[in-house]
Parts: sequence; C-alpha cells; structure tokens
Amino acid sequence: MSRAKAKKSNVDDYLRMYRQMARIRAFEDNANQLYLSAKMPGLTHMYSGEEAVAVGICEALRVTDKITSTHRGHGHCVAKGAEFKEMFCELLGKEEGYCRGKGGSMHIADQSNGNLGANAIVGGSMGIATGSAFTAKLLGKDDVTVCFFGDGATAQGLWYEVMNMAALWKLPVIYACENNGYSEYTRTDEIAAGSIVARAEAFGIESHQVDGQDVLAVNALTEKLVARARKGEGPFFVELKTYRYHGHHVGDINRDYYRSKDEEKDWKENRDPIIRFRSWLVEQGIANEAEIDAMNAEIADDAKAAVDYALAAKYPDSTEVDMHVYTDVKHALARGDAR
Amino acid sequence: MREITLSQAVNEALAEEMRRDETVFIIGEDVAEAGTPFKVLSGLVEEFGTARVVDTPIAEPGFMGIAVGAAMTGTRPVVDLMFGDFIYLIMDQLCNQAAKTHYMSGGKLSVPLVLRTNLGATRRSAAQHSQSLHALVAHIPGLKVALPSSAYEAKGLMKTAIRDDNPVVIFEDKLMYQDKAPVPEEEYLIPFGEANVLREGSDITLIGTSSMVQVCQKAAEILGSEGISAEVIDPRTIVPLDEETLLASARKTSRVIVVDEGHQSFGVTGEIASRINEKAFYHLDAPVLRMGAMDVPVPFSPALEDITVPTPESVVENARRLVHGEMIHAA
Repeated sequence: MSRAKAKKSNVDDYLRMYRQMARIRAFEDNANQLYLSAKMPGLTHMYSGEEAVAVGICEALRVTDKITSTHRGHGHCVAKGAEFKEMFCELLGKEEGYCRGKGGSMHIADQSNGNLGANAIVGGSMGIATGSAFTAKLLGKDDVTVCFFGDGATAQGLWYEVMNMAALWKLPVIYACENNGYSEYTRTDEIAAGSIVARAEAFGIESHQVDGQDVLAVNALTEKLVARARKGEGPFFVELKTYRYHGHHVGDINRDYYRSKDEEKDWKENRDPIIRFRSWLVEQGIANEAEIDAMNAEIADDAKAAVDYALAAKYPDSTEVDMHVYTDVKHALARGDAR
Repeated sequence: MREITLSQAVNEALAEEMRRDETVFIIGEDVAEAGTPFKVLSGLVEEFGTARVVDTPIAEPGFMGIAVGAAMTGTRPVVDLMFGDFIYLIMDQLCNQAAKTHYMSGGKLSVPLVLRTNLGATRRSAAQHSQSLHALVAHIPGLKVALPSSAYEAKGLMKTAIRDDNPVVIFEDKLMYQDKAPVPEEEYLIPFGEANVLREGSDITLIGTSSMVQVCQKAAEILGSEGISAEVIDPRTIVPLDEETLLASARKTSRVIVVDEGHQSFGVTGEIASRINEKAFYHLDAPVLRMGAMDVPVPFSPALEDITVPTPESVVENARRLVHGEMIHAA
C-alpha cells in the first residue's frame, strides 16, 4: 500500500474513494448472485478485484470528462457516477435501465456522467475514446478521455492505429491498460510478446506502470496526467497491474487449467485493494472500524434495495423492439411486413 | 442553369455545410493538400485548414473509429474512404459500433457521421478497387445508404446526409466524377426516402441505382424507339427505401427490372424484387427480374470486365423479352 500520509484536506476524497470501491464490490457480488440464481438473462463479467483501477482513475476526472469501458465494465460505470438502480435494471433487461434494457451488461452507457459505453468487442472502444479526445481538441474544450481496456485488447491492431494518430495530433486521451494477467482463458505472457509499455513508448507516448491494487497510487498518477492532458501534453499510457477474482465471465468456474487456486487466494488475501485501503484509513485515523462497517452495511442495503427494485421492474413493451434504430424514425419497421 | 461536375457538386456540398456548421470536419487519407486521388476535395483545406480537413495515416479502422467517437461527442465527421472496397477494413467500426450505438444505448447516444466512398467497375482497376458493396451496408440496421446518380443528386443528398443524426454511407460512382449536370446555385437538399421518377412509362418499370440510372435511361430511350414505354425510377436512397413509389409503378406497368451494380446474389436487386413480389404480386404480368453485377470478382482485362456489369443493351434485351411475354425465367 502507498506509504502516503493522509492530508486533512482530502478526508472526504479518501472516504469517497473507499465508498466507491465498496460499491463496485457490492454491485458485483449481487450481480453474481443474480446469475447463480438464474435471475439474470445471459452472463456477465465481474470487475471484483480491480476496483482501485476504476476508482483511482475516475476520482481524478470531472463529470464532463469521458471514459470508454469494456465488457468488464460495471466498475468503470459505478466509478464514473452511475446509480445502482438503473444499472441493475439494465442487467435484467428492464425498461428503467440506463439503455432501456437494450444494451445489457456489456453495453451500459451513461452519457450524463460521461461514460460513452461499455463495448463487447475487445478493443472496440479504442477508436471511440480517441475520437472523443479529437472532439475536445477540435472544439477547444479541455475535456480528457480515458480509454479503459484489458491486456487482451493490446493484441488488437486498432490500438496501434489510434495511438499513432493520438500521438501525432497530441490528443487529450489516456490509454489505461488494466493488466489482470489473463486474456480470457489464456495467460497474458502467452499472447503478448515483448513489453506492453514499450509498445506505447514506440509512438513517443509517455508511459507509466502503477500498482493497480493501490487506489492512492493510481489516483495520484492519474491526477497528474489528467492535468497535463488538459493542457495539451497528452496522450499518455498507463499499465495497471491488477487481478480479476472471478473467471473471464461468471460461468467460468473451473479454471484450474489456466490458473491456480493458490494464486487467486494470494491476491484476495494479501493484495485486495479494499482491505488494503481500509487498513490505511484506520491507520491514518480517517475512519474507525465501526464507521467503515456502517458504511459497508449502508452500501449493502442500497444494493439489495436496487436489486429488489430491478427484479420487480417492468420489461420494455414489445413495441420498443424497433425504436431507437434511427434517431429520426419512431418505429423503423414497416407494419405489415412478414415476420 | 449552370452545369457542374459530380466532383464539384460534392465539393460544394461539403464547403457549404462546413461554413454553416463548424462541427463538420473531413477525415481520411490524402484529403487535405492532395484533395483525394479523384481531386474531389481540392481547395477545401485552403478554406478550412488542417484542423477540419484532416489527413490521416493509412489506417482505415483507426480513423473510422476516431470518427465514431468524435460523432458521439458533438461533432459531425465526414469520413473519406478512398475506395469502397476498403469498407471490409472498417466493418467493426461501421457495423458493430456506429450502426448500433443509438439502439444499444436506448436512444441516448447518437453517431451523426457520414462515410463518403465510391463504387463502380469498368475503370480497369481490378478486383480490389472496383466493387460496389452498398448491399453489405444496407443489410445492417442503423445505417442509412444513399446512392447519388448525378451531380444534382450528389450535392443534395450529401447536404442531407451531413445534417442527419444517424450514420449515413454515401457511395459515389467513381466513373461519374467528371459527368456534368445542371445544379442550381441556390441551396437545396434532397430528402432521404423519396425516389425520383426520371421518366414515365406504361409497359415496364426500370428501377436503377447509382451508376445504373444512366444505363436504364439509355435503355428506355432505345425501348421507346421500338414502341415500348419504359418508366425509369431512381430510389436515391436504398435505406430508407421509398417502397410506395416503386410499388405504385409496378402496379401500373406490371413488369419490373431492377438494375444495380452490386453482385446479383443476395443483393439490392433481390431485395427490391422481393418486396415488389410480396406487395404487388397480383398486379404483375411477369416475374420481377434482377440485373446485378456478375457473381465473380471484378476481372482486370477489359475484355472480361465489361461483360460483368449490366449495359443499356442487356437491359433492353431483357425488357423486350418481358414485354413480349417470352421470359418465364432469366439467368
């Protein structure tokens, strides 16, 4: 854990960072239960274990700053300011979801908080993030865009194309690689030749590595890079070493063939970002155990209430099926066509 | 009325829209000083600068992706894709991202983007620079597809496309860039989804798209000299498609040939023919005939390339047979 000394002026920030990480964990624990109890259509990808990455970065952003997210996107969504209720409704395909149930877990977008959306194509949002930064530059705004992606996505050619252009045009984008060590069901060292950081450096992009389990370290680095990106000193690349506690998706239960239970146990017991940050908060006298327990209990209640709400919420009406295909056509399909 | 080339018409449309709306910008390979290999964009960088006429590396998926993200966040990119054949390179950004964003976000996000590209064979450019791939794009819900058939159409459709809040793909016929047509000096827009009846007739309907509109016009003239009255319709946009105008004509003439430069199988001709069969069946005196490009890669040799696409003569031949009741089944 960071050896940083707490600053009195930052107490609210520290508590909010803890709260946001705990909210992500609570969200994912509930989502997993919804899957295991067969109450959720489809499947989902858990962010548990990686909370310090999303929170450390998003706490350095303004509401008007943009992010693009991934198939493992619940953490980014919560960290950028989303509400449980609309998120659970989306996971269950309900009308009150962020995307009226049309996107689901892998496509949650929350424009009001600058989340341009999760993306179910690995690496699929790298162009979108770079384009968002292009808009800021063209229109003279000082918004910064953070592009979240995993180590697996570094194998996609698109990243190299857009990094090249971002570097040529000095775009305000931060490429944040959440390296959790596994590209789906394959160890990253089996799919990544050489060094991932060196790939960004090859474009002349200033690159950093940071412990993705240390929320203060992630936040401190991001604060600096965001401030510089706003002044036109971007783009930047950050590799965050982290770990996903679950499998590639919730159904990936038997994973002994690609990673050991001992390894999982080690990360969960010795490097958990929430446990580590909690100890630091107590040690620095920012909160005591009872206060943190109370915060956790309140978050658990919020999550349960949101799940109950979403389970009871209504599905979209069937007439919605051909709405939102085009912005200017209420219903895209002609009546009377055979189906 | 003054006459200008299709190339000048597109250039004017872009310049007018860029003057009107400062969020419009052009992005693509060699769009700035070079003005593209076809010189369609000549002069724009001088007026609007390199911030809004943006040269990119040769990285189609990359600049297409950047355009999608830019469109989602408050700008109106016009992406220049040098050849329609390169659409295969940008399929994920176009079809998985741009086309679906509005729907997947439940209507919250939109992608007001124009993809300018081209189609058309017989330019001796061989199989990777000659394809007409608009049917691929038209297959994907969420995209609109415009097919201008003259300088007049190209200008009006481009201006409408730039103002549209959806991703629009415009395919220009690259053989037509130097073709002149009357284009008013005053501003005008051509709405999407409104077919243009170029010639009225009573014996047969020729529905032609893009490059094939001229082919149908020439065929209609020849047929007219033989006493066969052909109606010629240009749908202008295939998504949205003005089904009503096409169906009304089919009901009136009772015979239809659909002519399009995309490959014939699983293409635009088949789709339009099917809709007419489903909705005007009892008015038809003959099967609706499809005439597309041959289902072969476009060959280089002129001796081979020229026989892969419909011609006025081949349209006339088929029309005669339909009108004389000879054809039950056509290949």
